Amino acid sequence: MEILETVFVRNSLVVAFAVVGLTIWISYFLADKLTKGRIHGSAIAIALGLLAAYFGGKATGGSTGVADITLLGGIGLMGGGMMRDFAIVATAFGVKLSELKKAGLAGVVSIFAGVIVSFVVGAVVAVLYGYTDPVAVTTIGAGAVTYIVGPVTGSALGADSDIIALSVAAGLIKSILVMIGTPLVAKTIGLNNPQSAMVFGGLMGTTSGVAAGLAATDPKLVPYGAMTATFYTGVGCLLGPSILFIIVNAIL
Amino acid sequence: MIVYGVALLSACLILGMLLGELLGVALGVEANVGGVGIAMLFLVLASNSDKFKALVDGASGTGIQFWSAMYIPIVVAMAARQNVVAAFEGGMLAVVAGVAAVIVSFALVPVISKIGNSETSSEESQ
Repeated sequence: MEILETVFVRNSLVVAFAVVGLTIWISYFLADKLTKGRIHGSAIAIALGLLAAYFGGKATGGSTGVADITLLGGIGLMGGGMMRDFAIVATAFGVKLSELKKAGLAGVVSIFAGVIVSFVVGAVVAVLYGYTDPVAVTTIGAGAVTYIVGPVTGSALGADSDIIALSVAAGLIKSILVMIGTPLVAKTIGLNNPQSAMVFGGLMGTTSGVAAGLAATDPKLVPYGAMTATFYTGVGCLLGPSILFIIVNAIL
Repeated sequence: MIVYGVALLSACLILGMLLGELLGVALGVEANVGGVGIAMLFLVLASNSDKFKALVDGASGTGIQFWSAMYIPIVVAMAARQNVVAAFEGGMLAVVAGVAAVIVSFALVPVISKIGNSETSSEESQ
């Protein structure tokens, strides 16, 4: 057992490659046999990943899901921000400049619309739950933007740590729902071309959610959605503690 | 050489991240503004330009394609390291806020896509 642990820990990233590869093989097998290809194999793999993250978090009490289990520490590196961004940028290889130009304006509109709409929805829910303090309402609204905008806005406004935790939770729920929900609603919302993918990325904004949601829908759409999504958090951090807070403060 | 493509990809990411970071500082925001998006733009420009042919054609290109193909496995690993427990322990307010934000945003995708489409089609007709 000790030898096993030593080898696994020393080669953590390699272990992660093997484990993820096996997970994807099982997922594609299930997608093919159980759903006859109706559900994309990568959608099942992502759902299994989230499920494993839940049990990993429950078992260890840590904050990085499966990666807190000693033997699977490499998942943390493989699925971390650096590798994610590296692979996302690589998906842009082969993208045509003309497609980007075509959806440029709609893409920019979607980023601002996305930040404002998510913020308003989050803030309204906070008010419905009885919050009246502008700082708390703004922080929770910002959490509905993304789980990064929430704490950035909260710390800038001096919100309590439990409100900040709440905003992170709202952002995480959003991210997870986008991962799972996107392939299910893709057809209904017309998510089948580069333009709508750019608008989708700008509206949803959560890079992890968009990255996984589009991968499970149609990998060809990934670079378009990811391109706009990566501007979203920045715009959210810009608007949250400034204009949006001023507006909330004026209304409440 | 495969490594040329990988090096080009890395250079694009680092350059994009630096610009995103600078943009954040310029805007007074504690975040990287669009670093990955800018990096993607660099890679698109490089792969569409003749000057970078040696870095994107043939074996060099496969170095980039490999990482592009590793995207889904990396996303699966990313899903497996999310703080799912915290997401569900945030209570009903967090769940309702998150779910409502996603539903409204989903509903807006066809609306804003349409704005874009009608604008491009009117430009084409002009």
